[in-house]
Amino acid sequence: MGFWGFLEGLDRRWIFLTMGILVLVPLIWPIALPLMVTPPVRGFVEAIDALPEGSTVLMACDYDPGAIPELVPMTRTAFRHLLERDMKVVVTVLWNGGPGLVDGVLHEVAQEFPDKAYGVDYINLGYKSGNEAVMVLMGQGVANAFPRDYRGQDSRTYPIMQRVSDYSSFPLLVSLSAGYPGTKEWVQQVNTRFNLPMVAGVTAVSAPEYYPYLQSGQLGGLLGGMAGAAEYEKARNEADSATKGMDAQSLGHLFVALCIILGNLVQWSRSRRPGE
Amino acid sequence: MNMTTDLGIWVSALLTLFIFSFVYKDNPFYKFAEHLFVGVSAGYWTILNFWTVIYPNLWEPLQLAFRGQGVNGDRAGMWAAEQGDYRAFLILPGVLGLLLFTRLFGKIGWMSRLSLAMIIGVYVGIKTTGFAQGDFVEQVRASLQPLWTGSLGSSFNAILFTVGLICSLLFFFFSREHKGALGVASKVGIYFLMVGFGAGYGYTVMSRISLLIGRFQFLLHDWLGIT
Repeated sequence: MGFWGFLEGLDRRWIFLTMGILVLVPLIWPIALPLMVTPPVRGFVEAIDALPEGSTVLMACDYDPGAIPELVPMTRTAFRHLLERDMKVVVTVLWNGGPGLVDGVLHEVAQEFPDKAYGVDYINLGYKSGNEAVMVLMGQGVANAFPRDYRGQDSRTYPIMQRVSDYSSFPLLVSLSAGYPGTKEWVQQVNTRFNLPMVAGVTAVSAPEYYPYLQSGQLGGLLGGMAGAAEYEKARNEADSATKGMDAQSLGHLFVALCIILGNLVQWSRSRRPGE
Repeated sequence: MNMTTDLGIWVSALLTLFIFSFVYKDNPFYKFAEHLFVGVSAGYWTILNFWTVIYPNLWEPLQLAFRGQGVNGDRAGMWAAEQGDYRAFLILPGVLGLLLFTRLFGKIGWMSRLSLAMIIGVYVGIKTTGFAQGDFVEQVRASLQPLWTGSLGSSFNAILFTVGLICSLLFFFFSREHKGALGVASKVGIYFLMVGFGAGYGYTVMSRISLLIGRFQFLLHDWLGIT
């Protein structure tokens, strides 16, 4: 049994172990590989920077714990970015696993801004089931779709909601989504129909689906997966969990590429063996 | 190392390790974590939907309506509905919702189809118009771009995009055998599609590794207090 035969019979658990080590080690001892801010991420940052101070921004956080490593860093950075620029932020969630998670992230970031108050500068309207129907309903009145906030209080009683009627109250929609319902549905139901400009942060697995929207101008900027979150952090001179995870990400990708090359070589060597 | 004493984090960390143990082989710890997840999710989903959907959108407005009040304005009247304040008319969606449960009772199970017909009809309408406006029209418009833009780089991009678009579309044209010019174009289309699939695969790998990174960051930072 030669080298190729050894690879052919290799127990897949050795591959899992190698991948685990390659991901774990740079998290403990970072290598600090270089990171560039790409145009889609720059578009995201510039779209927020271009808003007049004091604007009210709609932030749709449509994800659940499965997307924590990719979308929580984006949520954190985007919310911090908006509060720093004195924006008012209205947050909605269309995934049932998301409202508690999102509320925790908002609370954590809001603590950095002692002058910002819940209900005045930001509000978490929580979860609502109905997917696209909720998006359409919000076009007739945001408080109609979300009569109560995440804390169970009448949403109409908060000062921030006095500024909000329907989509015309927002100059920008920041959509952070892990799939359905998410960015695609916001583009289809709200961006085009209500002419609400949009930027999006999405999981890497769904990112290729959104590049056509970026190319067509329906999205002003796009953060794709952990790499997008890390670039956003770099553009904002922050170094949070996404940036810290990028060394592990790069090593993991190199290992997958190596596995693909070796796998193809094994197949090629098999095809050259007599009788195969 | 500064290991946490938070019980919640300990439970979470142990459940993470139980799930990871499946990588070695299926075992009772993995099965326990899996079943726990399914049970907790079902309970959480039920309670969440009651308190965030049924209570604020149906039960509470109906209570107000039966007292002659509404959620908007000072107008009195059980049936004095307006947009966003549907008063006692909310009985209709409430009844339609209840009809869905008739599936549990054999003979009257057909009544659930009334609600399903409503749901399907509404969603087909919403999805179709959304797709037509947001995807079809906008994407066709964005695809019609000048091939010569004045700059060599962007012109090359525009030509490459147009060739890729046309060839990929021709690959899905099945009314004629893929021979001759059509065969060449569809073959080129396959290469463009392969590049697309490759990009999709790369992004999928990134997503999956991100999940592993996220769990490791949790174990190292929140549980063990190492990083």
